[in-house]
Formats: sequence, C-alpha cells, structure tokens
Amino acid sequence: MRFLLIEDNERLASAIAERLRLDGHAVDHATTLSAARECLDAAAFDLILLDIMLPDGDGRQFLAGQRRARNAIPVIVITARSAVSDRVSLLDLGADDYITKPFEFSELEARCRAVLRRRGGSAANQTSFAGVTLDATRGSLNTGRRIETLRNRELRLLEVLFNAPGQVFSKAQLMDRLFSFSEDVSENAIEVYIARLRKRLGGTDARIETVRGLGYRLVGPR
Amino acid sequence: MSGRRNETSATTARGSIRRQLFVQLLAVAAILSLAFFLIVREVAGRVAEATQDDILAASATSIADSLRFEGGEVTLDLPYSALSMLGTINEDRVFYRIVADGRTLTGYDDLPQARPSATAPRPQFATFDYRGDRVRAVTLLRPVGSGSTPVQVAVSVAQTRLGMAAISARITSIATAIGVGFFVVATALSLLAARSALSPLARMTLSVTRRGPADLRPLRTAAPRELVPFVDALNGFMARLRTALGQSEDFITEAAHRVRTPLATLRAQAEVTYRKLERPEHRQALREMIRAIDESARSAGQMLDHAMVTLRTDSVAHETVRLDELVRETCDRFAPTAGLKDIEIVTELPPAPVVLAGDRILLQNALHNVLDNAVKYSPADSTITVRLSAEPGAPRRVRLSVADQGRGFDGRDLKQLTRRFSRGSNVGDIVGSGLGLTIADEVARAHGGHLDISENSPGAGACIALVLPSA
Amino acid sequence: MHRACLAICLNAVLAVACVLAGTGAGAAFEAEARKFYPAPNAPPGAPAQTGAPAAPDAAGRALRIISTADLDAFEPIILGFQAENPDIAVDYTIASTSQLMRAIHDEGAVFDLAISSAMDLQTKLANDGFAQAYRSGATDALPQWARWRNQVFAFTQEPAVLILSESAFAGIAIPRNREELIALLRDNPARFRGRIGTYDVRVSGFGYLMATQDSRNAEAYWRLMEVMGRLEARLYCCSGDMIRDVADGRLALAYNVLGSYASARIAENAPGVRIVQLNDFVNVMLRTVTIPAGARHVDSAHKMVDFLVTLGQRPELAARSGLPPIDDRVLRANNAMRPIRLGPGLLVYLDSQKRRNFLRSWTSSLVQE
Repeated sequence: MRFLLIEDNERLASAIAERLRLDGHAVDHATTLSAARECLDAAAFDLILLDIMLPDGDGRQFLAGQRRARNAIPVIVITARSAVSDRVSLLDLGADDYITKPFEFSELEARCRAVLRRRGGSAANQTSFAGVTLDATRGSLNTGRRIETLRNRELRLLEVLFNAPGQVFSKAQLMDRLFSFSEDVSENAIEVYIARLRKRLGGTDARIETVRGLGYRLVGPR
Repeated sequence: MSGRRNETSATTARGSIRRQLFVQLLAVAAILSLAFFLIVREVAGRVAEATQDDILAASATSIADSLRFEGGEVTLDLPYSALSMLGTINEDRVFYRIVADGRTLTGYDDLPQARPSATAPRPQFATFDYRGDRVRAVTLLRPVGSGSTPVQVAVSVAQTRLGMAAISARITSIATAIGVGFFVVATALSLLAARSALSPLARMTLSVTRRGPADLRPLRTAAPRELVPFVDALNGFMARLRTALGQSEDFITEAAHRVRTPLATLRAQAEVTYRKLERPEHRQALREMIRAIDESARSAGQMLDHAMVTLRTDSVAHETVRLDELVRETCDRFAPTAGLKDIEIVTELPPAPVVLAGDRILLQNALHNVLDNAVKYSPADSTITVRLSAEPGAPRRVRLSVADQGRGFDGRDLKQLTRRFSRGSNVGDIVGSGLGLTIADEVARAHGGHLDISENSPGAGACIALVLPSA
Repeated sequence: MHRACLAICLNAVLAVACVLAGTGAGAAFEAEARKFYPAPNAPPGAPAQTGAPAAPDAAGRALRIISTADLDAFEPIILGFQAENPDIAVDYTIASTSQLMRAIHDEGAVFDLAISSAMDLQTKLANDGFAQAYRSGATDALPQWARWRNQVFAFTQEPAVLILSESAFAGIAIPRNREELIALLRDNPARFRGRIGTYDVRVSGFGYLMATQDSRNAEAYWRLMEVMGRLEARLYCCSGDMIRDVADGRLALAYNVLGSYASARIAENAPGVRIVQLNDFVNVMLRTVTIPAGARHVDSAHKMVDFLVTLGQRPELAARSGLPPIDDRVLRANNAMRPIRLGPGLLVYLDSQKRRNFLRSWTSSLVQE
C-alpha cells in the first residue's frame, strides 16, 4: 500500500514511515499541508495518515477541504488530542477513522485494513500461492473449493507466510506479528494458531511446515 | 435538568423576592383596606349624624315657627310634623322642651338644654345621656314678641341615636365587606403582580438554563432597567468563564499533545528498533520499555479524559441522543482494536430507537472507556457482549451493559472499583487503571444514572452497566 | 260573651273590687275593677278567694295586667290564654286610660303588662322609657304599622265609625262621607237637633285621640264640629252609652263610635242600629300592649304578648271577645281605613299647650256656650 503521512514532527514521522516500510508499505511524508497537497497532485495514494496539528493549518480544515473536493482517498487521523472533545467532530468531518497517539502499529494496520475493507477493498491485496488465494483486505481465504473467513490473528499469521513462501519464520518473529507488547504469552501460544491454519489449509496444496529448531515455513505441493 | 440541579444546587435560598414583594403589596393592601374601612365608617357616622342633625334642626325650627306671642305670654301650637318627622326614618325616642324666659313652657322639663348665645342664633347640637339612652339634641333660640324686649325662647328637640347607629352599622358592615373584598382582590392582584414583576427574571433564568454547556455567549435578553446591572455582571462573569474554560480546554489539549507526541515518537522508534533486534535479552528489554510507554500513555490519556469529563459534567449538554446508534458506532470503531486479540464485540440492540437527553461526547467516552477495559481484561478469542435494554423494574430507564469473559473481579472490591485510580486487585499485570470506570461512573451520574458493576458469575467475566434515564 | 265563661267563673275568684289608694301593690291610682284568675293547675288546696286575692303568694306569682279593656271583651282572652298556659295566674286590673298612664308613668305601679286603647299614651310610655323591648317570631310577624320600637304591640284594629238609627234616617240618604254628613245636618236641623252624640274629648282619651286624628286628616272636621255644636250635640264619655242611646232612639246618630263595641252590641240585641264606615277616611284605633319597664313576670308577659298578637290565628276566640285582631288584608281591602300611626307624632297632641289649644278650639266649636 502507498501511504501519505502528513505529520510535522520529523522524528515521529520518520519512525512511523520506517516502521510501515518494514511491513513492506510505501510511505510518502509531508510535514505541511501545502506539501501534502503537492504530493496528492503528484501521485496516487491508498491511504492518508493525517496529524491534525500542523504548522500551516488545522488538519481538520484540510480534511474538510479534501471531502469537499470529492477526494475519496481514505483518511485515518492521528490525534494527540483528548478523545472526549475530538472524536465525534473528526468523524463528522469525514475522517474514516482515527487513532490516538501513541499507537501500536498492529492496531494502525488493523484500522487501515478495516477502512479499506469498508471502502470496498482492492485487488492489490490478494496473494495467491499453490492455488490458494488470500485476500488480506477482506480477511478471507479462497481454497478454490471454498472461501474461509479468517480470524484476525489467523489472517495476520497467514499474511506473513504468504508474503514469503518458503522462508522460515522463527516463533519469535511470528509472535511479534501476532501479540501486542502488553501480552505476556509463551512461545507455545503460536502453535495454537499454526494448528488452526493447517486445518484451514487442509485439502489444498499449500502447507505450513515445521522446520525443527528454526520455525515455520509455507510450502507448496510435494 | 432542574431536578438534578436542585439536588446539587450549591446556593441556599435565603428569602424570596416574590414572597417579599407579595407580603409588602399585601401589607399595603391591608393598610389601604383598613384605612378605607376607618374612613368610610367615620364618614358614615358623620353623615348619619349630619342627617339626624338636619332633621332635628328642621323639627326645632318648625316648633319655633309655631311660637306666638298672645296676651302678653308665649304660646305654642306644637305642629304634628315637628315630632312625626322624627319618626319617619326610624323608631327613635323623641324628647322636646320649650323654655321661655327660663320657665319651661311645655315638654320634658328635665331635658338638659344648652345655652346658646343670643348673638349667635345658630342651632346648638349636643350629645348626652337622657332617660337611659344616648340622645342627640338641638337647641334653637328664637326671640318671640315685639317691642323692645322680646322673649327669648329656647326650643330643644332630642332624639335617641338608635336609627343613626343602625345606619352607621349598616354602612360599617358594607364598608367591612368592601374592605375585605378589596383585600381579597388585592391579594390576588398582588400575587399576579409579584409574579409578573419577576417574570423577566424567570425568562432570563430560562434562557440561561436552556443553553448548552458550551454556550457562554453574553445574554441578549431584553431586561428591565433594574436587571441591567445584573445582566451585565452575569455577562461579564460568563466572559471570564468562557476565557477560563477555553484556557482549561486549551491547556488539556496542549498537555495531551505535549505528552502524546513524544511518546508516540518514542514508541514508534522503539518498535522499529525492536524489529531489528535479534538477541532475546535486548528484545525483552525493549518490550519492557514499550510497555512502560503504553502504560504511561494510557494513564496520561485517561487522566486527560477524566479532566475533560469533569469539565463537561459540570454542565451536561442535553441534546437528543440516539443511544442505540451511538453504541453501534462506538462498537464498530472499537472492533479493529478488539480484533487484534481476536475478541469479538457482539451488540444486542433493541429494534426501536433508544433516545435520551444527554451529552454525546460524554456518553461515547464512557462506553469507550468501559470497552477499553473490557478488551484489556478479556482473553484472546473471547466475546464482549454490549447490550442495550430497558432497565427491568424501572420505567424510563435504560441499561447499557458491557459483559466480557475475562477474569471478573473475584467478587471482592466492586465498590472500590470506580474509585479514582483504583485497580482491580488481580489485574496488576495489565496496563490500565480504574480511572476508566471512574469516568464511566461520573458520566452516568451526570446524566442522572449510575454505574452498575457485577460479575457474570465468579471468575466468568465482569459486567459493567450504565443505567441511564431515557427520554 | 261573658256568658260563655260562666262555668269557669264559678271557680274563678270574682274579685271586682275598688282598689283604694294604699292597697294592693302599693298603687296610689284608682282602679275601676280587679279580678283574679288563679292558675288552672294550681294545687287544689288553694282556697277560693273572694275580693282581692288575700294569698300574697298567689297574687305575687300572678301575671299582673292593667288594662282599659273591660272584662266583657277580655275575659275570654284571659281564659283562652290560661287554657294554653295553665300554670299562669292572671291578676287583671281595669283602669281608664288616664288612670293607667298615671299608674305606670307617674306612680311607678308594678304591672307586668299594660293594655290600652290610648295609643298616644302607650307611645308616650315607650318614648319616656317606661316600656321594655321584646322580640319574638310572633311580634316580628306583625305588620310594620302595628308595632313601635318592639315595645308597643298592637293586637286589635278597631275602626271609628258612624252609627245611626235607621228610623231616624227614614226617607233620607245615609251619608257616605263627612261632607255629606255636614250637608245632611245643615239641611235637616230640626230632625237632628239634640239627637247627635259624640265623645266629650275633654274627658275621653279615646275621643280626644279620634278628634285630633280627624282634625289632622280633614279640614271638614272643624266644620262638622261647628254644625254639631249648633245642633246641640250631646257629649258622652263612652261608646257603650252612645250605642245604647242610638238603639233606644234617643240619638239619631253618633259620631266616632268604636266600631268593635258597636258591632258587638248590634249583634247582641239592637235592631235598627246601623254602622256606617265613611268612605273619605276611617281612623283605625289600635289597641296596644306594652311590657312596663318594672315588670316582674317577664316570661309570662312575653307569653301573653305572643298570645295577643297572634289573636288572628284564633278567630273563634277573637269573635267571642269582640276584638278584631290585626289583619293587614282588611286594611288593604278598604283604602279609607287608616290605622293611626304609632310614633312620636302621637306625642304632639299630648303636649299640654297643644291640648289646651285643641280643647279650646273644640269647646268653642261644639259647646258654644
């Protein structure tokens, strides 16, 4: 996905951008509203991440302007403000969602996905492997014979595996994707989800293989 | 609003202008009624007396006119009308006496006679007791006879005052009736006057109380001259309050920004770093750091939320809120967060709209905090049920409950849960605080409801319910 | 009428006696007669009394009435009253109007009731403070003209009438008013000379009252007196004597006779006597009762007043006494009937100067010595 991040705090912006790039997203960064408008004129974006306190104006006015201009790019507002006073008006002004600073990236990701899903999804988010298609936006798995709706963690786990078939992921790596930092879970917890996914993929050519001592990988037909 | 206002009104009423006004008007009416009564009685008495005096004088005059001087002595042919006229109005006793040259010619010779001066031959009136009754008497001096030494004849006619007393009693009773009637009417009018005099005040009060909490514009109601200083003072006060509130909100907003943006930066950087680290002990250290960031961010957030809630609950807006829509929307917004832990939020809403008068933002925030708690304390792969229903056994009340499948409270300190900063004793390992419940509780109270905390069954999850009055 | 009570009279103490000065209840006036009616419920042991009641107890408890009405008229009323109030004894003293006045007004004699045909004197009693007030449903039911100050209560209405002998008027029209009477007398001096009777107002209180009221009401009065004087009218003290003389044919007519007595006598045994109510006006005398200020048996007096003023409700008793009770309807039926008004106006003719003047005029008109 291609994000436009509009955030005046350079350090925060670069941290967010780097983090998103780690997950394979493209991120353009604008520190002012005018820069953001230039970016929007120059390229197409899947999603805008918008801070509302900007040096050359209020993000909410930018938002309202975008909506008046019938620019339909989904917007998630990143706010530092008190939720009590801001949430409603942000939604009223046409933001698709908001997230309060600081945030966990997995939550941002989930919200982005939810926003895109509400907006009707995009084909770019479909990944196929061994006759099985994963639609990350819809959270569904098409085995060719049936379409399975995945639970959130199943989806995220499968997404990691589908993005790099054959690559071995350690349990720790997978857990990073699955559990928040606030959860204290043992590495064995991942086995539960692996077991569920194997069940879902049952009868297809795609398999999750245990690489003893190293982790798991997605493999095709033998 | 008024009901709750009265409960919490900090102002003790001392006296009432309306009562004071009413009492003063009443006192004036009473004084006027009394004055009217006394004046009418006095005038009636005088008129009755004057009437009697006139008749007495006429009687005495007609007697005097019948005096003759014949054969060297005074004679008298008492006219029938002289006495009969005295009996026309009433049944008073009548006495008369005619004295010529100090000798009683005829009549009641013991009737006291005033001695009118010959120079002022006006009738002399007197009131005295005679033969067991109070009488009014007139004495008239009339010279009779010709020549150089006419005989001075004194004619006295007296009459008891029964009829006069009856007339003045009748007038007095009419005066009393009119006085009482006047007083009654004045009482009613005083009530009306007191009410209408204070109606501008009531109108102003209404226009102030009808306002939303954020409406601190100056009062533009046309006020009577006497109230202009008060309105000016009120407007001045509102202007100061507006500034102060604006400053408070700005401060909270600014504080949130100052705290959250660096934390967000820190967290983002930490997460990026975390992803790059390989060694488990480094990763563990960073995890701890991120958790600390999360905890402080959440605490700061809740404190700021709480500050804002406190600011708003002082004057809850009473807009019409579709509670069912609000619940659905809030739950939808929360679903991605819950989804991270594979927690499903199930909403059970009644088919009909649920409407109440309240503050949307506060209600949303309360539900948000309760949901936030529920998600934090729920295990992965569980369900949170948000149910909106009529409160059983309490008409015009709705129950908005959030039930999770977490550990509950072990049945111990439900009361303490809502106390600020208190935490469930068994949730020390999860970032969060009892402030969320405190916020929900304050919002419920500000809407005239309460927070109901229970356990589904021991160890089978908590159920937090906002019980609110519906419109 | 007195016959009707004969049986009772047997038991009653007939005490017609001349009460001399210094006897009785300290009265100094002269009474004409006195009769004691013991209470019908009195203990049987009480001996019958003759003459003045010797038993001081009985007399002391009795209702003492001083009255100008003779027993013929009043005994039925007393007995009727006692039939209703059997516990009350009645001590009935008959006096002339002037005697009554003197007894109450001047001498302070103790009586419980004063009944008189002299309205002027009764009015003076009340005016001068010798009467006490009383109100009851019965007295309030009286017409306004029949009471004064709640002290003087009228219980009869007795018109002053002209009575004439039918034989003396044979062949000539019976006069309908005073003008016709004057004309008749002028035109027929021979027929009427010495045969006209009227009150001697110098001695009769009732005659004086009627004469003064006549003089007040009609200019014709003095002309009538002149004519009567020229025809050598005969003067009487009492209505009864005039009626008797008309019945006997000694008089052709009598003027200002008390109608009640006349009708009673005619109903008895006087054919050929005719009563004429003149149509210009008829003075109506009211017989009145007062309760003297010094009354001792006030309760009994109240009962008697109530009994008297409601006489109209006992027509049979009224007929027996010959006293026409107060009846407003009778007056309304005849416009000429004028009840003499109670009130201070009546005091005028009691004035000594006035009386002297009136009597002088009257004497010069009628006596013509």
